[in-house]
Formats: sequence, structure tokens, C-alpha cells
Amino acid sequence: MHAVFALSSVPLFLGALLSDSAYYRSHEVQWVNFSAWLIAGGLLIAGPALLWAAVAMLRAPAARRRRGLVYLALLLATFVFGLINALVHGKDGWAAMPTGLILSAVVVVLAAAASTVGLAGSLRRTA
Amino acid sequence: MTTRGLRLATACAAVAMLGITLSFAVAAAEPSGSPYGSPNLPPPQRGLLPSMRIAEPAGWGERLPAVPQGWMIKAIASDLKVPRQTLVLPNGDILVAEGKGGGAPVLRPKDYIAGIFKSKGTTSVKGGNRLTLLRDADGDGTYEGRWVYAENLNAPYGLALVGAQLYVANQDALVRFEYVIGQTRAAAAPVTVAKLPSAINHHWTKSLAADADGRFLYVGIGSNSNIGERGMAVEENRAVVWQVDATSGATRTFAAGLRNPTALAFEPSSRQLWAVVNERDELGPDLVPDYLTSVKEAAFYGWPYAYWGANVDRRVQPQNDAKVRATTSPDFALPSHSAPLGLAFVQPGFAAPFAEGAFIGLHGSWNRDVPVGYKVIFVPFANGRPSGPPVDFVSGFQVDGKTMGRPVGVTLDPKGALIVADDLSNTVWRVTPAR
Repeated sequence: MHAVFALSSVPLFLGALLSDSAYYRSHEVQWVNFSAWLIAGGLLIAGPALLWAAVAMLRAPAARRRRGLVYLALLLATFVFGLINALVHGKDGWAAMPTGLILSAVVVVLAAAASTVGLAGSLRRTA
Repeated sequence: MTTRGLRLATACAAVAMLGITLSFAVAAAEPSGSPYGSPNLPPPQRGLLPSMRIAEPAGWGERLPAVPQGWMIKAIASDLKVPRQTLVLPNGDILVAEGKGGGAPVLRPKDYIAGIFKSKGTTSVKGGNRLTLLRDADGDGTYEGRWVYAENLNAPYGLALVGAQLYVANQDALVRFEYVIGQTRAAAAPVTVAKLPSAINHHWTKSLAADADGRFLYVGIGSNSNIGERGMAVEENRAVVWQVDATSGATRTFAAGLRNPTALAFEPSSRQLWAVVNERDELGPDLVPDYLTSVKEAAFYGWPYAYWGANVDRRVQPQNDAKVRATTSPDFALPSHSAPLGLAFVQPGFAAPFAEGAFIGLHGSWNRDVPVGYKVIFVPFANGRPSGPPVDFVSGFQVDGKTMGRPVGVTLDPKGALIVADDLSNTVWRVTPAR
């Protein structure tokens, strides 16, 4: 279930990446303001997913913990880089560029990887 | 529960906490004093979080602000509702504009969070939206009379009296009362002279000065953002000084590129208009200096494209090279982030060594680890120009990490006193030579 949660942060982080790239190309400042909200939304979902996944892993049998650890590490990286990205997007106007754009790309990759690994683990268990 | 899992969870929390702590604990630097003339500008810097130190309000108790030897200070009115600017009337009565405007919508998550922090450094009292009149009928220095002169105004700020016309700059309009000497209450509702730009009103204060013959009024209109992060469409007629024809109400831009011109005044010997301006934030503790400048007709002072002459602000994209080249350097640097909100030129007859120059109320910084401002300074003038470093005139608003008051408007009382509005303790102070 937390993997589904983690997955649902992906479109928000992806949206942030797209609006960052729109800002980068157009210099239209409202795009980067959209990004800031999308990143905050992504973190609001990724944060609880991270906590939930951590608790679930601590309760899981030892055999499943190894895969869980990769998932948890990816989710943690998503959250930490997402948080840094949110702070970078707190800078005014072009001060967020190009760091914000690069971080947005990194966060999308991390979030996608985390939810892939997480979902694969859950599917294996339900199969 | 395994120790390995536990260690991992602890590590996660620690990493997150460390990131937050590190960004807050930016090394504290000494304030660089008070640069003036042509200041040394350090390169821009900005950590993951802007450096911040928000004032921690405390009551005055038995304390008083500090004044130079030979002077004394007294609270002449307290329990006001956010006093900002004052005006001394011909009979010695004092008008106090009380109000708090703004309320610009939250643009980003950052604005929401920053708003919570910054509101801690200001009064919790709601703005009065009124003018209060104070009177010392027997001249003993105690203002025993107090009336509400006018109410239901909209965040009144700038005040000016021209003959029998009392002008008040609300946050959305310049209005006019018919003033009769001795009056304690306006006889009628005000007449609107001119509408002022008020959409969003990120910087809401409308400063005001009238020229010597009262034909034109000058209104300072602040920008709608720090450096254009709401888009430049909302910056039309912002960060400018307007000239308003007192008779017709016609308006035109007199000077531009002044980020937040919070107080305007005419220098008496040259009859030149001067302004104090709050410059941009988040470029480091010693950038960009706030300033005192003569306001030249048709001049452009840089905002948002450049600061202090042709120093480009790369946060503004697309840039505008022509505007950068056209940028006029201001005359006199005040400490960065010190937030000058009051300006009053000394009138002939004021006691030496304050006989020629300007008093400036510095509201105090937030975007700096080591606070600056939180005092009233005096900038000496000679031949109508600044002639030396500023000196402290009223200080002691911030002691032991606590902030008792924050100076805003400063006004000369022709009896040889200085009136200081304090919008944190909601007090009006009067500084006089000690007998």
C-alpha cells in the first residue's frame, strides 16, 4: 500500500520537472511557482510513504528485508533530494535555476525507481 | 525489530535533521558597520534557506530607548493601533496614521512559511485604519488630549498638510480632508484625490510628500514582489514615485526602479525630493544596501534588473540590458536589510550637532543573522548633500536579544523635538533636549 502511495508522488514530481523545463525555456516566472507547489505536494505524499515503509520493513520477516532496504533507501533519497529541491525552489525567480531543474529530474528518477521496486515487492507478496 | 533496521531509521531521521540544522546555522558574521557614499558590495550569496533572525518582542517595562547625552525621550501616546507615520500640525497637535495593509495572497509554499515566521516579529494588534490626534495644550510635554480624528480609512500611511488641505495616502487612494486649526475631528468624510495602485499590494505603504507650494504631491509606491517573482505584469506602476497634481488629481511617474520608497521628504535648502528605499532581499547579509537618495525626475534606480548602479540581479529573467545601463546609483547607502521607514529633514533651529541633515527611522532587519537597524539614525548634510557617516540618535530598541520597539516614521516638531512612531510597542515617542 505504501508503494502505491510512493507511486502517486511520481506524477507530482514529474509535473514539477515539466514546469521547471517550461520555465527554463520560456523564462515565464509563473512556471517555477507551479513547480514549487508540485514539489511540496510530492513531498506531502512521499513523506508518509517513507514513514509507512520504514515501519513495515521493521515488522517484516528477515527474508524480505533485503529488497525492502533498497526500496526504503530509494524512497529516503527521493524525500531528501525532494526536500532540498523544495528549498532550492524557495529561492526567488531564476535563482532556482539550473539547480532546481536538475534536482527535479533526479527526484523524478528516484521516485519512479522507488515505486517500481516497492510495487514489485508487493506484487510478489500478493502473487 | 532488528538493530540494523533501527539504525537505518535513526540515520534517516538524522540526515533529514542535519540538513535542516545546517541550513539554519549559517555562520554569523559581524555587521559591516554603516557603509555610505559608494559602498563595497560583496558578491551575492544565498544558502538553502535565507539567513533570518526575527525580532523577539518584549515589553518595555521600566526601560526607555536610549538617546544622546543632553537629550531625553518620553512616550507621549501608547496603546495605539499600529502607528506608522506622524504629522505635526501648525498648532503643535500631532496626527498619527495607524494601520496595516497588504495581505498579498500566498504565491508559493515559501510565502506561507515565511509569513508565519515574520509575523512573530510584529505586533499582534490589528491596524486601526484611523488617524489619532494628540494634543499638549499647556506645552508641558505631556500630550493629555487624544481624539480619533478620522476612522474607516484603508491602511493610512503618508501624511501631508498643504494650507488647509490635509492629504492622507491610504493603501489604495490619496484622499484629502479640509483641516481647520484646532479641530479634533474631521468635519466630513475625505475626498478622493487620486486612486493609487493597490492590486496585490505586496508592499502596501504609500509614502507622501508635498512640494513647497503645494501644487504637486509625491507618492511612493512599493513593488509587488521581492524581485519580480509574481511576474512583471503585476509590477506596472509599482516601485515608482508618482507625481500627483493636487488640483486635478492627474498622476504621472516621476521616478522609477525604486523597490520600496517608504518615506519621501524635501530637503529644505535645495528643495530637492529625497527618499529612503528598502532594497531587495535574499542576496546575502550585506547585499543590497538600503539607501537614502535624491529622487531625480525621470531617473531609473534599477529595480528589479540591477542594484546600486549596473550590478545585474541574475534572478530576474529575461534580463534587460538597456535598463541595467540606465540605472542611476543612489546617493547614500544605509545598512543592508535595515528597513528605513521614516525620513525627516531637520528644519533650521534644531540643536547642534543635528542642525543640518536627516533623521531616518530604521525598522530593523529579518534577512540577516546579526540584526541591523532597530534605531533612529541621523545623517549629517552640508550644502544639501550627505556629508558624513550616520550617527545613532535613538537606539536601545533591541537589548539582550529581545526587541521592545521598532521605529517607523520620524517627524520634526518645530519646537525642537523629534517624534518617533513605534509600531511594535504601539507607542509614539518624543525626543527633546534635556533641560
